[in-house]
Amino acid sequence: MFEQIIYYIFAGLLIFSASMVITVRNPVMAALFLVLSFFSSAAIWLLLEAEFLAIALVLVYVGAVMVLFLFVVMMLDVNLAPLREGFARYLPVGVTVAVLMMIAMGLVVSSSYFKSDEISAPVTLGPGYSNTTELGQALYTDYLYPFEIAGAILLVAIIAAISLTTRKPRSTKAQQPALQVQVRKEDRIKIIKMEAEKQ
Amino acid sequence: MILQSDIVLLLPEITLLSLACAVLIIDTFSRDPLRNVTYLLGQLSLLITAILVIYLYPDETTYAFGNSFVSDSMSTVLKAVICVITFVVFLYSHDYLKKHEWMKGEYFVLGLFAVLGMMVMVSAYSLLIVYLGLELLSLSLYAMVAMHRESQSASEAAMKYFVLGSMASGMLLYGISILYGVTGSLELDALAIQISEHSEHGILLVFGLVFVIVGIAFKLGAVPFHMWIPDVYQGAPTSVTLFISSAPKIAAFAMAIRLLVNGMHPLLGDWQEILIILSVLSMATGNIIAISQSNIKRMLAYSTIAHIGFLLLGLLSGSQEGFAAAMFYVITYALMSTGAFGIVILLSRRGFESDNLDDIKGLAERNPWFAFIMLILMFSLTGAPPFLGFWAKWFVLKEVVASGYVWLAAVAVLFAIIGAYYYIRIVKLMYFDKPETMTAIKASQQMRFALSINGLALLIIGLMPGLLMSLCITALVQ
Amino acid sequence: MMDLLRNFIIFPVTEILFPSSIQPYAVLTLETLAKIIAIIIPVMITVLYLTFAERKVIGYIQARIGPNRVGLFGFRLWGFGQPIADAVKLVLKEIVIPSGANKTLFIMAPILSIAPSLAAWAVIPFNDVMVLANINAGLLYILALTSLSVYGIIIAGWASNSKYAFLGAMRSAAQIVAYEIAMGFALVGVLIAAGSLNLGDIIQAQNGSVFHWFWLPLLPLVGVYFISGVAETNRAPFDVAEGESEIVAGFHVEYGGLAFSVFFLAEYANMILISMLTSIMFFGGWLSPFQGIPVLGASSMFWLFAKASFFLFMFLWFRATFPRYRYDQIMRLGWKVFIPITIVWLVVAAILVVTGIPPWFD
Repeated sequence: MFEQIIYYIFAGLLIFSASMVITVRNPVMAALFLVLSFFSSAAIWLLLEAEFLAIALVLVYVGAVMVLFLFVVMMLDVNLAPLREGFARYLPVGVTVAVLMMIAMGLVVSSSYFKSDEISAPVTLGPGYSNTTELGQALYTDYLYPFEIAGAILLVAIIAAISLTTRKPRSTKAQQPALQVQVRKEDRIKIIKMEAEKQ
Repeated sequence: MILQSDIVLLLPEITLLSLACAVLIIDTFSRDPLRNVTYLLGQLSLLITAILVIYLYPDETTYAFGNSFVSDSMSTVLKAVICVITFVVFLYSHDYLKKHEWMKGEYFVLGLFAVLGMMVMVSAYSLLIVYLGLELLSLSLYAMVAMHRESQSASEAAMKYFVLGSMASGMLLYGISILYGVTGSLELDALAIQISEHSEHGILLVFGLVFVIVGIAFKLGAVPFHMWIPDVYQGAPTSVTLFISSAPKIAAFAMAIRLLVNGMHPLLGDWQEILIILSVLSMATGNIIAISQSNIKRMLAYSTIAHIGFLLLGLLSGSQEGFAAAMFYVITYALMSTGAFGIVILLSRRGFESDNLDDIKGLAERNPWFAFIMLILMFSLTGAPPFLGFWAKWFVLKEVVASGYVWLAAVAVLFAIIGAYYYIRIVKLMYFDKPETMTAIKASQQMRFALSINGLALLIIGLMPGLLMSLCITALVQ
Repeated sequence: MMDLLRNFIIFPVTEILFPSSIQPYAVLTLETLAKIIAIIIPVMITVLYLTFAERKVIGYIQARIGPNRVGLFGFRLWGFGQPIADAVKLVLKEIVIPSGANKTLFIMAPILSIAPSLAAWAVIPFNDVMVLANINAGLLYILALTSLSVYGIIIAGWASNSKYAFLGAMRSAAQIVAYEIAMGFALVGVLIAAGSLNLGDIIQAQNGSVFHWFWLPLLPLVGVYFISGVAETNRAPFDVAEGESEIVAGFHVEYGGLAFSVFFLAEYANMILISMLTSIMFFGGWLSPFQGIPVLGASSMFWLFAKASFFLFMFLWFRATFPRYRYDQIMRLGWKVFIPITIVWLVVAAILVVTGIPPWFD
């Protein structure tokens, strides 16, 4: 019962924040509500004993992705007026697509095709069960091949991003700490002995 | 569990990945503005991979990594062809990049990763792997199109390609998820078994199939999912267009075979009908719109669409021989496309793409030998005997007729004849018009050599097509 | 002590107040609450006196005396009452909300900045039994929460509607994202060495002697982790987010009174947390450096506090010694030096573990 209460709190929070993401006017607030919805879904995952996924969601999406997202949103001066101009014009199309999606999802969720009613509730495992270990085992044995390809895809993304954005170094005056440390007194100062001038 | 034999089967991919990473690191530390080391190492990597692929030719179909990887004759042949075609593409590209003073090591590194993606796709035997391979390939290609930052048209092309490509990937993924939801398996063999057992879920399966076909059609560039092709082909730097139009088509063909034939053969009747529509539309749109183009790259883009229509004919005939004919067609097409864009690269010079039809006027006067090569390429693209392109069309049409679609074959021939107009027009421009400039053609020795071989190969293989065809037959008819 | 509390206070009280059906939950909640208070109050007091120590230490390093006027109960006591006087002053000050500021976010920002730095204490083991939440993914939890502290800063900078604050927030965001990666990788090294994400298990894996602790096999990672920790807490020499000589006071320029002091608390609580974590991950946590010797060799939380105090002193020492890094130098250090070092050392650590090099991994 206790868990159910927590579940409903977080599920409600998730739905609330997710709908705020798309309805709130201020883009920064929208991004922050997205953060909140990530949090709520992480909490729901925790209830499913998927602690690795839950924390990874917070770590990756909230801790890194959304920070950069906020970074960009804050820098941009989004003018909302032109974005709202075509609203009435696109409304029929949008509503049609939304209704179709709803129908499709309804069919999928309620249909007997996917046997969703046959899937049993997840088993509660003891405190000795480590979600992280299980996930690691699966990734590095059964799913090693797709896992490695995914790694290659990320590498390509890095190469692409860097090669598309780096420009030739401008003539910035960069320091070379190694050279700075190696400097000796003799390189910089020359002591000259000279006679004191007579007054 | 991972077995040692699994690793051995995967050796070409592992080698290519390691070599690509090594090339990447060496390129980072290379100070050579011409990137010769990167280029040579890239070519070497391709050669080593090709040799490994051929060396590991399997006696029988073998699976690895829990049936998510397959090694059969088709995968071996296609991987080897992909490596060889990319080798030629790199060769032409190197010339292009040097000419336009836009040499970048990442070009070759991303090319190698794209080849890796194609190899993954070719021997994928699970829906997950198909998707991952496709993403690896597409991501590399998006970056290659966008790489020429100063060019506005290239950025625009990259943007269009990226947005539409992501949509198509999304569609494919949606279809895959539906198939997985119904059958509960990602692996293609199990998928086929599940589909034949659960025929009562027909509508949902066809629903998933449609999305999968949308994904495949986009990657191949079949009408009505062809919108990206003309813009990307025209906007991208010619060397990248050359790459996109050659090897990835082979990979897309392999993806179609894996998904439709290996995975969804029980749904043959359903996808056959869809492919007929796609095929007729592609041939019509491609051939008719190509006539009104004044830009060679754009014209070749529409010609690609038309050829994809022909390729789909082979697939939809539904027989093993039909698939073999389609495989023959795609290899032939990759060779012809490489050559045609190779000529465009040959004619271009610094700051001048030379991609207008006017630029090719009087080529016979400027350089009779390459005018002749272009003549071979154009006749082969038309499908005139005795060039290779004729045999490709011939085998496909034969299988279409054999599977009972005589009207479809008639339509295909009709459109091929319409298409002949714009290919022959190029020949006319080269031989019967006065040149606009007499600028000497600048190209490296190896480029001239490779391009000559490329053109002559169409003639020579065309004179004895049995060899390639028997290869395709053994690859596909188990 | 917890037993006493449970048996003589919590049980009787809950029995009277709650029906028996939810009494166990009430006991659990109250017990946890008591534990949380038992952790937070000492942390807060440490923060108070850490500010005092900072001023004293830097004072002596710079050949000054530091605050020595405010005493307690009429005694001078080397200025021991100073932090309390500071606290009273800050509490009594008015909180000014700038015009054009986003009021909700402006007030939320300090809370967002202190919440993660206090929440992270939940998984810190003080000795082998004293830990609020002994969870399996403790290390990940710590990583996730330390990465959240940036939100307070970004939101404060944006909500203030001030150029300086905004600049500070932007600097901080980029800096924290950069150093978080190095920090995460350094902790992955610990994870490889210990083979567990549980902080208690990580300490147990270092059992033996000073040379069994992970600082030796993971030497480069110790440096990377601690320096990244300094950067994550926005402390000198990485304090460009405040940069009082460049952008006035950075992200908290518009804050005053209690709101400012919450930021202050968060920063110092984070410092203490990083010091504790460095001691736990690399220096054997509660394990004694003299293991094997009677009395002195016994494990105790005082060893943990002693180690953490040393690292806290390092924080103060850095601040007194180093000039502030330039922004591009910070970025260079994070991306081009630390991340490669950690990646290389991850491979080394993996090899050490796989080959079973004694005395750590046999």
